[in-house]
Amino acid sequence: MVTNKKGIDQTMKIDASDISYKELNARIKDAASNGVQRIELRNVYGQRYIGTGLDRPLEVEIFGTPGNDLGAFMNGSRIIVYGNAQDGCGNTMNSGEIIVHGHAGDIVGLSARGGEIFIKEDVGYRAGIHMKEYENKKPVLVIGGTAQDFLGEYMAGGILILLGLNLKEGEPQQTNFIGTGMHGGVIYLGNVVDGFQLGKEVGVGELQESDYQVLQKFVEKFAVYFDYDAREILRHRFIKLFPLNLRPYGRLYAY
Amino acid sequence: MVDRDPERCIECQVCVNQCSFDVHYYDAEDDEVRSHEENCVGCHRCAVFCPTQALTIRRNPLDYRENYNWRPEAIEDVIKQAETGGVLLTGMGNDKGYRIYWDHLVLNASQVTNPSIDPLREPMELTTWLGRKPDRVELAPDSIDLKTELSPQVKLEIPVMFSAMSYGAVSLNVHESLARAATEAGTLWNTGEGGLHPRLYQYGANTIVQVASGRFGVHPEYLNIARAVEIKIGQGAKPGIGGHLPGEKVSREVSLTRMIPQGTDALSPAPHHDIYSIEDLAQLIYALKEATNYQKPILVKIAAVHNSAAIASGMVRAGADIIVLDGLRGSTGAAPKIIRDNVGIPIELALASVDSRLRQEGIRNQASVVIAGGIRTSGDVTKAIALGADAVYIATSALIALGCHVCQQCHTGKCAWGICTTDPALTKRVNPEIGARRLTNLLHSWSLEIKDMLGGMGINAVESLRGNRLHLRAVGLTDTELEILGVKMAGS
Ligand code: SF4
Ligand code: SF4
Repeated sequence: MVTNKKGIDQTMKIDASDISYKELNARIKDAASNGVQRIELRNVYGQRYIGTGLDRPLEVEIFGTPGNDLGAFMNGSRIIVYGNAQDGCGNTMNSGEIIVHGHAGDIVGLSARGGEIFIKEDVGYRAGIHMKEYENKKPVLVIGGTAQDFLGEYMAGGILILLGLNLKEGEPQQTNFIGTGMHGGVIYLGNVVDGFQLGKEVGVGELQESDYQVLQKFVEKFAVYFDYDAREILRHRFIKLFPLNLRPYGRLYAY
Repeated sequence: MVDRDPERCIECQVCVNQCSFDVHYYDAEDDEVRSHEENCVGCHRCAVFCPTQALTIRRNPLDYRENYNWRPEAIEDVIKQAETGGVLLTGMGNDKGYRIYWDHLVLNASQVTNPSIDPLREPMELTTWLGRKPDRVELAPDSIDLKTELSPQVKLEIPVMFSAMSYGAVSLNVHESLARAATEAGTLWNTGEGGLHPRLYQYGANTIVQVASGRFGVHPEYLNIARAVEIKIGQGAKPGIGGHLPGEKVSREVSLTRMIPQGTDALSPAPHHDIYSIEDLAQLIYALKEATNYQKPILVKIAAVHNSAAIASGMVRAGADIIVLDGLRGSTGAAPKIIRDNVGIPIELALASVDSRLRQEGIRNQASVVIAGGIRTSGDVTKAIALGADAVYIATSALIALGCHVCQQCHTGKCAWGICTTDPALTKRVNPEIGARRLTNLLHSWSLEIKDMLGGMGINAVESLRGNRLHLRAVGLTDTELEILGVKMAGS
């Protein structure tokens, strides 16, 4: 048992079976304000909002399947999921980290303004939609597998990396309309053969040295979390997608 | 057009400095102040500031040939579009001649059979509590303590709040004026969707923070500092479409509160990306309740549209504590003119049908109803309450108190009154201290007037008027209109 200065147990285990999300979250927040540093949730069956609004450095490990809006509005905590996440994971997140050892549903990282999200496998539609950045706050979303359509839609900032590691040799990415309405940030697509289709607001380019540095940093983290060889991943060909115009709607109006 | 009386003009050039639309200029050769009249938008800034009253702003008499169908506005709009190929933008609310139902409703007063109350000698209550009310209350046994757990409630000293106007659309000085006035008058103001400047965190207890589809400036501190959180689904001036603050208006300070880079377009997409159904709305409502520990009421604001009543019922069932309806005449800092002028329904009809629907379903107590869009006077407020509203939001009337002359140029960012602009030379024209005083004065006079009207009806608390449509009668409306409003014809 690890205890802090006040002698409080710093790790806490909660069996989440048969607990409502409201009660579960109340217990997590209560523990957080009592100085607990690590919480282990067992038997999570779809409870929503786990870690929503959590605002202190704290680690929550989830065994099972957390429900929608995991870590929404989260500020500085770290969530690790041993299982799949549902829709809205990291919704409007401010800072912190979400690591999912599995798939995630739709709109992962929606409107995030900071923090890092790592998904080991695939994600649903509209991943990274409307992520934004401001000065040194940049959200990062790394997806190990593939994504459904509208990846990075309306993206206004941040870094989105799609690795495509589970594609077979020569198998094309299936994602269409990538970066539709994108007006900020950057997307790196890995393991690209072809078969992807871009939104009309996006340009394609080769990676520069500075891009590789960014990519390497987050791929290395990804590799550590999910036990991959980073060098192996980085050997794939990557392309960079960027917004053609920071003001895509600037010329829509008469005056 | 601008009429300059040469007898009075002393070439002081105050008008040259005051006009932000480049109308007046000084011709040094002739030592004369002249004007480019074609640029004038009729905001009266120069006329108000001219020290010798030399200026008169008038409608340009050079009119198109009389044509009821092809009025000047329609002709000019087509010309502009032919020149640019773009969408026409405008500011403020719908200015078309749709029926204003407030002007067809009249209030009751006591005569002989029941005495009126004199607010000068009797206490009159305008206090209003917004929030979800329980179906029934239970007391703990053997005590007077409440056993029923109450949802969070907001107390208003007057059932009038300041409607959402985002920082970026209006200036920080306007935000500060609203925040200070709300604090002083015991009501709430609303940040709009552009975030909240840290300087105004101190007014948090009287602040509603907005969460809109762009999620600008939404972070845990912002949510927790507020008294209540409003999810903006729609706006009366532009139902069904998103918003977009042009890059030119995203100054350094605006970029700080919106948390986006300076000079980029701030895009609020039409829908929330996580809301495609009532169930999804419930999810965001509860995400916000979770994020604020169930301490704050959640408002959900929609534009008044054809099926508002059904949507409102869904909103209440989804967990909204307060629902907000914004009507056809609701204003905006910038909206496509075609949407502003043609989409949505009058707020009076929306309010009446929503209130009736929620009553029929037996869930009216579960949410407060706030209306916005075209409230001009305390008379409108009182009628709205009789029609079923718990409180109203005002925006244009508040801006007029700050100097606005409703010139409808808000979208240009050049507001000569320093309200709808982020240009530092113009924004300093609003002094937050004076602004707050003028707004407080406005609310004070309205509260006196509302008390007078209540007293006249023999009512001593605004609570007793709420939804009491028997205190209303209609003038000049059709049977269908009477039926929707649930109001009888005057004389019956
Ligand atoms: S735009 Fe306003 S300030 Fe300028 S001339 Fe017209 S009324 Fe005067
Ligand atoms: S806010 Fe300014 S620009 Fe808008 S209508 Fe009022 S005076 Fe005109």
